[in-house]
Amino acid sequence: MIPELGQLALILALLLALAQCALPLLGAWRGNAALMAVARPAAAGQAVFVALAFSVLAYAFLGFDFSVAYVADNANLALPWYYRFVAVWGAHEGSLLLWILILNFWTVAFAARSRHLPEPFAARALGVLGFVSVGFLLFILLTSNPFTRLLPMPADGADLNPLLQDPGMISHPPMLYMGYVGFSIAFAMAIAGLLGGELDNAWVRWSRPWTNVAWGFLTLGIVIGSWWAYAELGWGGWWFWDPVENASFMPWLVGAALIHAQAVTEKRGTLRAWTLLLAIFAFALSLLGTFLVRSGVLTSVHAFASDPRRGIFILGFLTAVVGGSLLIYALRAPKVAAGKAFATLSRETLILIANLMLVASAAMVLLGTLYPLIGEALNLGRISVGPPYFGFLFMLLMAPALFLLPFGPFARWGRADAGELARVLRIAAIAAVALGGTLGFLAWRGAHEFRALLGWVAAVWVLAGVIAYARKRWREAPAGRRYPAELLGMLLAHAGIGVFVAGALLTTALSVERDVRLAPGESVRVGGFDFRYDGVREVKGPNWLAQQGTVSVFDHGRPVTVLHPQKRTYERGQVQTEAAIRPGAVRDLYVALGEPLGDGGAWALRVYDKPFVRWIWAGGLLMMVGGFVAAADRRFRAKRAPQPAPAAATPAPVPAESAA
Amino acid sequence: MSRALPLAIFLALVGLFGFGIWWNQRHDPREVPSPLIGKPAPAFDLPVLGDPARRVSKAAMLGKPYLLNVFASWCFACRDEHPVLMAEAQRLGIALVGYNYKDDPADAQRWLAQFGNPYGLILADRDGRTAIDFGVYGAPETFLIDAQGVIRYKRIGALTPQVLAEQIEPRVRALSGGAP
Repeated sequence: MIPELGQLALILALLLALAQCALPLLGAWRGNAALMAVARPAAAGQAVFVALAFSVLAYAFLGFDFSVAYVADNANLALPWYYRFVAVWGAHEGSLLLWILILNFWTVAFAARSRHLPEPFAARALGVLGFVSVGFLLFILLTSNPFTRLLPMPADGADLNPLLQDPGMISHPPMLYMGYVGFSIAFAMAIAGLLGGELDNAWVRWSRPWTNVAWGFLTLGIVIGSWWAYAELGWGGWWFWDPVENASFMPWLVGAALIHAQAVTEKRGTLRAWTLLLAIFAFALSLLGTFLVRSGVLTSVHAFASDPRRGIFILGFLTAVVGGSLLIYALRAPKVAAGKAFATLSRETLILIANLMLVASAAMVLLGTLYPLIGEALNLGRISVGPPYFGFLFMLLMAPALFLLPFGPFARWGRADAGELARVLRIAAIAAVALGGTLGFLAWRGAHEFRALLGWVAAVWVLAGVIAYARKRWREAPAGRRYPAELLGMLLAHAGIGVFVAGALLTTALSVERDVRLAPGESVRVGGFDFRYDGVREVKGPNWLAQQGTVSVFDHGRPVTVLHPQKRTYERGQVQTEAAIRPGAVRDLYVALGEPLGDGGAWALRVYDKPFVRWIWAGGLLMMVGGFVAAADRRFRAKRAPQPAPAAATPAPVPAESAA
Repeated sequence: MSRALPLAIFLALVGLFGFGIWWNQRHDPREVPSPLIGKPAPAFDLPVLGDPARRVSKAAMLGKPYLLNVFASWCFACRDEHPVLMAEAQRLGIALVGYNYKDDPADAQRWLAQFGNPYGLILADRDGRTAIDFGVYGAPETFLIDAQGVIRYKRIGALTPQVLAEQIEPRVRALSGGAP
């Protein structure tokens, strides 16, 4: 009976979502306060029912209810409870439910924190969020019901993919979805602004903290995913340009652009249409990611089992949401360039260039991801472009943005002082060449390490710019107002980029990877360390049996650490490699077991020295913190005083033709 | 007009996705022709199954055509295909090279001990990295590679006596006829 309760909860949630969508939009159009007032209770009620459905599914997993097909497919008696809980979002149906739950979380948060906004604006935004929710609830109920029964009930279930039986699975999908779905708030506010014909840019200020927080979560989700792939897939790589990785990276790039465009629009009133468009794009790309992963149009290691009905449904929904919002944009986007004019050399220009580079990168990633599909459509056969394409073009597109980054904060709004920028350039350039060159020289181990040198120089260039600006604030701003949260967040995120660039380029350039055959007692020297293989023994886990190797690491005879890489065989016979990693600030030592070779206890081992790999994630985490800190700025806090509501009395939409 | 441009681009994308769904429904992915056909096989340098100290490279294989059969002990379709290879491998008059894909060597050897070994040589691609260069979708797959190291034919899915007779044998004959 209980699983049916879950399904019933989803149906009730759908009805409430329909109410949350239709009534407030109608109310805002007609100026009917009672209809607008439906939005918040409907959103809250919907969240309760979705949470109920989610709990029911979790309960079915924890209680081994194999009469539910989804549970039987993704869990078995031997799976420990925490992975049974995680299995709720281990496959398509449940992860979709998680998506909806998080959408409801964001909606309720917005409903609670939007009382200071003009009522029609908040009602429209909640209506748009309701529309998105209707689509996803219909999707889950019509094509992907997680509560479908399986009769007769099997005695035991299949297994959660062993790849997913990892602590990363607990946090990676929820954080990623918090980011993806979080962009729905900026999107809903942009559409609400367009629908209401908001003439001022107040909505941009209201939406800025939401964008920043969503972007912070997305950054965290991607960082966890990257670290997980590194630790779990056993390849020692941290980014693979896989279609699904790309699906999360495109909204991230556009989200970063949106954060900057919103700052310009809020402070200067310019780039209004561009900001609107980016708010639509960021969420559209989140939806597109969902489509690409779940429709089977592209193949990927992340791909969920696909079903053409699902593909058609999401495509229709994507068309309705994104096509609809772009249509509204085409009809109602601000016609006249507004805001304060800016000179060629100004902060606006610099931000615009960075913006274009970020959006061009996102377009490049999109093109590369869709390449197999395009090739097919043009009858060229399925062609895939790999990491060389993405890596090269991404570096090419990001290099100008990286170069300009230190100037951004120094450049004044409207018109920048060229002399001041030149001074900054000199400081950053001297620092970058001197320090980067020295560090690069110290670590120089051959001509192919040009990239390492480049990494140092670029990182120092960016970090010197950040430090120089922090110093300028320290000297010039009055105490207590030196580092408002918004500015501090910017500095942290920019520093994160510097740290990330150092990590990415240094790891790529300096990593040493060796595949070796070792008998017990034998050693191999990698990256200046001696790895002594001491044999393999059997270890038993809750639902796996592992061959566990012991590898002692020495630095010139001094013991550093003992590593225990495993090769696990799960209940259903799937084999999974667990690498053993000695993490460190300047290098990771990484050992993975290959396979047994012969009878003497010899094994093939994969031994890596990964310098600076942690900097990649440290940089990402700094960016995340920057996003969160900036969102906490006092300027964004809700003001108790009611705002004037210019849109309340202007329901009539203006047709585009009249103004074109 | 320029305000409608994003919409126009998006609708073009929707058209592309619609096409993708339609195409996937019409076509069995097995029929996807490999873009590598007619092109030189990717360079490889792989250990021999059961003798990892010995490695075989693409260059070492030049000079004679061979059939490269991707298999794995975890692959059920390979089990169906295996009797066909056992029965017909000799008759083809061409070397049959096994390509052990993402497999535990011990498992692979047990599997071969149980079902028989039709291969003259078996390359082991433990982590499937080289298979990426070959564009391997899964197992089983079979490549026909000529004496110059050019891929002439690819079959995704299990070989059957019919496929061998109609697709592979004529090509093998053409290769041996064409070579001096």
